[in-house]
Order: sequence, then structure tokens, then C-alpha cells
Amino acid sequence: MSMLDVEAIRKDFPILSRQVYGKPLVYLDNAATSQKPRCVIQALVEYYEGYNSNIHRGVHALSMEATERYEAARQKCADFIGSPSTDGVILVRNTTEAINLVARTWARSNIGPGDEILLTEMEHHSNLVPWQQVAQEQGAVLRFIPLTPEQTLDLSDMDRLLNSRTRLVALTHVSNALGTINPVKELGRAAHRVGARILVDGAQSVPHLKVDVQDMGCDFLAFSGHKMLGPTGIGVLYVKQEVVERMEPFLRGGDMVREVWYDKATWNDLPMRFEAGTPNIADTIALGAAIDYLQSLGMEVVREHEIAITQHALDAFQELERVQVFGPGDVAQRGGIISFFCSDVHPHDLGTVLDREGIAIRAGHHCAMPLMRKLGVPATARASFYVYNTEEEVDILVDALKRALRYFARTPNGTRGG
Amino acid sequence: MTNQASDFGELDELYQEIILDHYRRPRNQGKLEGADIEAEGVNPFCGDEVCLQIKLKDGVVGSVSFKGNGCSISQASASMLTELVKGKTLEEAEALYSLFRKMMHGEELSEAELEELAEARVLAGVRRFPVRVKCALLAWATLEEGIEGHGKGGEAPGRITF
Repeated sequence: MSMLDVEAIRKDFPILSRQVYGKPLVYLDNAATSQKPRCVIQALVEYYEGYNSNIHRGVHALSMEATERYEAARQKCADFIGSPSTDGVILVRNTTEAINLVARTWARSNIGPGDEILLTEMEHHSNLVPWQQVAQEQGAVLRFIPLTPEQTLDLSDMDRLLNSRTRLVALTHVSNALGTINPVKELGRAAHRVGARILVDGAQSVPHLKVDVQDMGCDFLAFSGHKMLGPTGIGVLYVKQEVVERMEPFLRGGDMVREVWYDKATWNDLPMRFEAGTPNIADTIALGAAIDYLQSLGMEVVREHEIAITQHALDAFQELERVQVFGPGDVAQRGGIISFFCSDVHPHDLGTVLDREGIAIRAGHHCAMPLMRKLGVPATARASFYVYNTEEEVDILVDALKRALRYFARTPNGTRGG
Repeated sequence: MTNQASDFGELDELYQEIILDHYRRPRNQGKLEGADIEAEGVNPFCGDEVCLQIKLKDGVVGSVSFKGNGCSISQASASMLTELVKGKTLEEAEALYSLFRKMMHGEELSEAELEELAEARVLAGVRRFPVRVKCALLAWATLEEGIEGHGKGGEAPGRITF
């Protein structure tokens, strides 16, 4: 039994009481985006109704209030991931922008011809395509840590893959397409031993388990607010102090400068140096409310709940014949994601059938086309859980899947086929 | 044994027996040697793929085959298409595409027109599931790409991202 009072939590999420095609919504697409509790929605309303104004330069009450709340939210982000300072807590749109920021700033001055960037075969396009650009423009070489048959990282060849030419190791903490949790702490140590930096894509981990950047030892951590009960359009890039201090600005313009002449400018303090233009004030403040909500639950308990529900799902999925579940069998090595495939029924057909039952899952390549090719499947279906999901909902999913598989196996006389 | 078809009532219109039959036992599947027309269609959003080949004989489609990977709607539609265009001139095949597209975009077809589409007319049921309409159209758009390329005398196989 998990320690979360899931029934009470569900009452905090207005959307969970709605129906889809006349059936209660079973929302299992949390790896794509999470739902929002009332306090997050309320934070947006309060900002726009109560103290909407621009930040960092106003002399009036509203601006000072907004600035204070904006910077308080940044502090909450820093505390949430164990960052000792806010200097390296840069507010961006999402994980993708965070990774692109590193590719366009740090990588420009630290990666040259022949240098190597080590990725993994399970990366989301957002942690692959920006590095392809770096490789093309700067003559760097991309290398990939391969997968084991259980879709964990195969570290047997690390001596060759991670070497004196490696400048950066960039990998996902929890795979969005498999659920696999990667040993980022160990890889961070290994990266630092050869003088490389490590970037962790925390889009699927920061919302679900306790992440401490100091303990993890990462140089960069990227994550999105909308997958952790916050609004869309706000994300965070954490950069280690010694690294961020030497980084060139990203976008240039207002707010990121200290003094400007017609022919030159000097840069503002950290982290504003990386936040040109009016930022996403409302959503930043609402992300702070989402963090408060998660902190009130406790991330250890959030993780415990997820382990319980994922174990329940793994057990229930074993009853499904001819359905392949990707990722490690050990629940301790995976996040709350069940990615599966059945050769009899294409994931999109499953998705359509489940949709009509009020069950929202994802079907597709999960922005990981090279991984799908590696797995030898055109796409997978994916159910992903969060704090408000119940074991009952998993049972509804599995029951619907059973019926869907029978439905597609039916023969023209309406009975079950071979 | 219960009648499973009633289990998901309204889905029966989308997943009609005849569609599932084409999905499970695709007609004209395989590879043609020395094809005159060749085109590949991909829907990157969902990963559906259809590769279509046509060999002309005496001005009509002599043999046609497809290879593909994807959902039941995309693959069944491709299978039905191959049966429909065999023996037709390229102009007739294009006219069928135009009819099929009209049907999928919600226009009412006359009974005579529906008869021209033969089995493919059952795909009209997909219209109630708007995100799946593209699946049904993929093979047809691929055919159109192939015929256009052929008209221009293109040597390389056509390729569309749909």
C-alpha cells in the first residue's frame, strides 16, 4: 500500500472528475504531460487578477510583488533539486529549450573538431537532434551507449566509449519511451574522471523521484514544469556554478544586460544573463505552486506510490498474452512508465479503442524514432502514471486491453479467432 | 463464446470485419521486379509506412504490390487500393483517388460512385475518427505521388511524408 492518500489527491484535480465518451476519464498519459491541481490553476488566476506586471525594473508595488514571487519560485526550483544557489537555475520554456541552450552556449566554446559527445540509444529527440547540430557545425563526433536486451544501458564497452576525447555525456535519467532509470550518478563520476561534463535530461525523473544535483553530481540538469503538475511553457535548466560562471549568453536583448552602448554591452548577473526579454512570469509562479504541492506530498512518498502502481501494472500485464513490455523487469530500475507492443494489434488501433473507453494513453514513437528502429517496432503503446492514479485505473486499462485484443482477434462470425 | 464485436459497439464501424480481414491477410503484398512506378509514403507522426509498386502492361496497371508497416486502417486501405487499381489506366486510378479523397473528407458520394470504390467504401466509417483519416489516405497519396513522378519521367522512386 502506498502512503499517498490518492482519493484526497484526486479531489485537488478538477479535470479528473470529467467524463470522456460518457465514461470516467482514466488519465494514463502523464509522461506526455501531467494534470494540474487547483492550487496551480489558482496561482495563475491570482497573478493575472491580483498583481500582473513586469518584473525586475518596476518601482511600483505590483512590479515589486511580481518580482518577489517570480524569484521565490526560482528559489523553490533550486531547493527542489538541491541546488546550493540560484545562479545556475535558468528559467526556460521546457526541457528542449534547456538542452538547446547548452548546445548553443557551453558546447560552442567547449566542443571542437574531433571531440566526442556520448549519448545513449534511448534518447528523446530533444537530447539527440541538438547534438547532431553541434556535431555537424563543430566537427564533433557522436557516440552512443548501446542497450542490453532488457533495454537498460550496456556499460560493458565504456572504456572505449568514454575516453579522453569525450567532452560531454548527455543522457536521460528516466527514459520516456521505456521507463528505464539510468545510473546517472555513476556515469557522472565516470565522465568527470576523463574531464567530461554530464548533462542529465530530467524531464521524466524530476517530477517523479527525489533528484539532488549535488548528490547526482551533474553539470547540467534539464526539466519541464508541465510534467510535474505545473503549467506548459515553463522549464528549468540547472547549471553547476563553476560552469555557468564561464558560459556565454544565449539570447540577447533586454533584461540580460547590465550596461549597453551603441556598439557593445555588458552582461547582467547570473542567472538573468540567460533570460533575455520578459520571461514567463505567471507560469514560473505557478510552477512554484506545483513544487509546493509535490513537496507537501513528499518526493519519497511520490516515488513509493509510483513503485507500487508500476509493480501492480507489471504483474497485471503478465496476464496479457503476446504483449511485450519494454524495459527492466525490476521495478526499482524503472519509472512509472509501461511501454508495450503486441504484434497482433498496432499501437494506434489500441489507442483508439482505449480512447473510446475513456482511457488516455500514448501510442507512437514517443519522439524516439531511432530507438523504435532499434527495438524493431513501428511504435509502442505507453501508459504512464502519477500521484493521482490508482491501481483500480490500472485494472481498468488491463481489462480494456484484454477485451481489445479479443476484439481484434475476432473472426467474421463474431467469435474469438485463433 | 460471446460476440466480441458488440464489446466496443461504435468501434465496429471503424474496424469492420472486411478491414480487419485485409489487415490480417493483405492482398498483393510483396515486391515487384522491374516496376514502372514506385513510391513510398510515410506518416512520421504515427510511423505508418506504405511502399507501392506498379508494373504497366498495355497502358493499364498490369501488376501492383505493396509493402508496409502500420495500423490496421493504413494497411487495409493499401491492400484495398491494390485490388482496385489493377487493370485500370493511370487516369482511372487517379480518378479513384479523387473519389476516395472526397469520401474521406466527408463529401456525399452517389451510389454509383461508392460502387466504383468497391470494398474501399467501408473506410467511410473512419471519418468519425478524424485523427485516423490520414491513415486511410496514406496509400492513396503515395499512389498519386508515384503516378505524378511517372508522368514527369522521374527515375527515382517518389517519396512523400504525409
